[in-house]
Amino acid sequence: MASSKYVDALTGRETTGHEWDGIRELNTPLPKWWLYVFYATIIWAAVYMVVFPAVPWLSGYTRGIWGYSSRADLNHAMENLRAQRAVWYEQFAQKSLQEIVQDDRLLQFARAGGEVIFAENCAACHGTGGVGRPGYPVLVDDEWIWGGKLDDVHTTVTYGIRNANADSRQSAMPAFGADGVLTPQEIAAVADHVLSLSGAGPANAEGARVYAENCNVCHGDVGEGIADVGAPALNNSIWLFGGGRDALIAQITRPRQGVMPAWTGRLDDVQIKQVAVYVHTVLGGGQ
Amino acid sequence: MTAAAAVPPAAIAYEDDCIRKFTIATVFWGVVGFLVGVIIALQLAFPVLNLDLPWTTFGRLRPVHTSAVIFAFGGNALFATSLYCVQRTCRARLFGGSGMGSFLFWGFQLVIVMAASGYVLGITQGKEYAEPEWYVDLWLTIVWVGYLITFAGTIIKRKEPHIYVANWFFLAFILTIAVLHLGNNVTVPVSLFGTKSYIIWAGVQDAMTQWWYGHNAVGFFLTAGFLGMMYYFIPKQAERPVYSYRLSIVHFWTLIFLYIWAGPHHLHYTALPDWAQTLGMVFSIMLWMPSWGGMINGIMTLSGAWDKLRTDPILRFMVASVAFYGMSTFEGPMMSIKAVNSLSHYTDWTIGHVHSGALGWVAFVTFGCVYYLVPRLWNRQRLYSLRFVTYHFWVATIGIVLYITSMWISGIMQGLMWRAYDSYGFLQYSFIETVEAMHPYYVIRAGGGILFLLGALIMVYNLIKTIKGDIRSETAFEQPVGAAAMRAGE
Repeated sequence: MASSKYVDALTGRETTGHEWDGIRELNTPLPKWWLYVFYATIIWAAVYMVVFPAVPWLSGYTRGIWGYSSRADLNHAMENLRAQRAVWYEQFAQKSLQEIVQDDRLLQFARAGGEVIFAENCAACHGTGGVGRPGYPVLVDDEWIWGGKLDDVHTTVTYGIRNANADSRQSAMPAFGADGVLTPQEIAAVADHVLSLSGAGPANAEGARVYAENCNVCHGDVGEGIADVGAPALNNSIWLFGGGRDALIAQITRPRQGVMPAWTGRLDDVQIKQVAVYVHTVLGGGQ
Repeated sequence: MTAAAAVPPAAIAYEDDCIRKFTIATVFWGVVGFLVGVIIALQLAFPVLNLDLPWTTFGRLRPVHTSAVIFAFGGNALFATSLYCVQRTCRARLFGGSGMGSFLFWGFQLVIVMAASGYVLGITQGKEYAEPEWYVDLWLTIVWVGYLITFAGTIIKRKEPHIYVANWFFLAFILTIAVLHLGNNVTVPVSLFGTKSYIIWAGVQDAMTQWWYGHNAVGFFLTAGFLGMMYYFIPKQAERPVYSYRLSIVHFWTLIFLYIWAGPHHLHYTALPDWAQTLGMVFSIMLWMPSWGGMINGIMTLSGAWDKLRTDPILRFMVASVAFYGMSTFEGPMMSIKAVNSLSHYTDWTIGHVHSGALGWVAFVTFGCVYYLVPRLWNRQRLYSLRFVTYHFWVATIGIVLYITSMWISGIMQGLMWRAYDSYGFLQYSFIETVEAMHPYYVIRAGGGILFLLGALIMVYNLIKTIKGDIRSETAFEQPVGAAAMRAGE
């Protein structure tokens, strides 16, 4: 509507003469710095597009004068890493676990690599630093279900426990209650007996009888555990699925059976050696 | 006003009923969106708050938060302000009248309710910011075409010779969102009565389409649309002419042209071809000055009226929003540079960046506009309390600062931890260690969000009292605060 030019009193600047609902516009020129920075970004963009891959056409695209490719860049970085590690990998592949732990340099490397491998692959179940979680064994103590020697740990990591791998460690505790092998009274009695093995309760003759007939084959006469069959010790205070009387009764009635994946095929042989050394020497391996 | 309008506004019967409804919906969905944001921020800090129920897990509530703030809060604000502005700057009653106004309002609320209820029930396309399934997309298309017809129709029947700059931005926003919405939702439903559908794009093409959409949802919904708000409400509130007409033309066209190419910067170092990554990056860099053109025009419109920042907390909201806009639109191009992106991408830095834009720019300019609109729409003498606006401003500003600084620290720390190697070349930290390290910053972020929500609740109280017609007796902002403080200090 009002199209006469109007000069803004405060800035002394002319307006464009337009007005909408009382709003006018000053006829201020573009700020110089704004314009020059804008030009600079355009020039920079043009240069960048000459240097790097930028313009597509039907069957390809401009490669840029540096010939950069993010895929080649990644391959190059991975090759560098492999080359840097090749010297270590060669020695790890050739040497036995015993030789590795006796060589200080190799031991340091194995611990450093094993820590990372453990954190990314094992900690989800065994906890950060191997502190364990309910149902997943603690790795920083001296209790080892399948044996705590370096070779035992290495075998467990490689093939896992109760999985589909042909060399997996296998064992199954019978469901004494669910399958009707023992009566609830017998189960309660043997639970009390198991508690008595670690001094957590009084001995009872009925429990001892049931234990001798059903449990000692795997768990040992005094509950010392037999690593060859993955039967945990019962004469200490370390319990995988809880150590209360109710937890024991539940376990005897319908046992939970822990599963661990086989890591061969997921980790390479050198990585498995590294993590076995880490678990054994940094966390809490047995002798 | 710089000059009295020749035709008093009362002479034209503007369609304001739907604008009142959109304004109420803006505030309502704003509070909902902020509240859900606070909940999911607390869930990240304290996972037990997921409650172990599928409907309340982070994964389902997160799109409720993003859609509520972007599309429900931001969308209703855009409807309210664009339809208010277009009628007044065209001196024309809304095309389609109150019937169209009601259709747009209830149609858009239905979109929001269908989308949000779907998320909670686990119905999603799994595309960020485009989660609603096909049936919601179809309905939104109908509503959006109605919006375009209404807006363009009002412009066509204008009684002003020229189209005001705010309306360019609003129209660009409406048109482009229509194109983006259609391009990113070309889905085939699995069955006529089922909710599930599949997109026709595959693999990296789908990713590219998604981020072409996603980035321009930011560019056209949250930037162009809100610049339209800025171009009308800042000159009105400041009672000053727009700083530069030429700048508005140049930055409008450069912004519109450059923004649409920048999406690939969301896919740096992925399967996206290198040439597309290059284009996404260089267009983002060139976008820096066109974005800042809006900031310059917004802030410099106060030339000659800077003293009003001291006495007018509504204007303070608007100007602070433009300052946050300037900061975010510098940070964005910087983060699009591949070398920076390799550190920032996938970290909380991105979340901080988004929120400096969403809380600082989008929400603040909306608060300013709502404070401007409510007394006018309900014919009240003024707001119930300007002091309450000040309290809102400071509580919310502290909330934003806590939010974005904690996310900067958390994000940069996270990025550095991810790329930390020991002397043998092994990664130094596992993922869970980076999560543990971020915990304190998650708590601070949630605190910032709570303050922001608290500020919004102050606004709700203030607006309810305003609509009821109450006026709080309080001292006006006339004493120059700085001068008084100096005297007290002597």
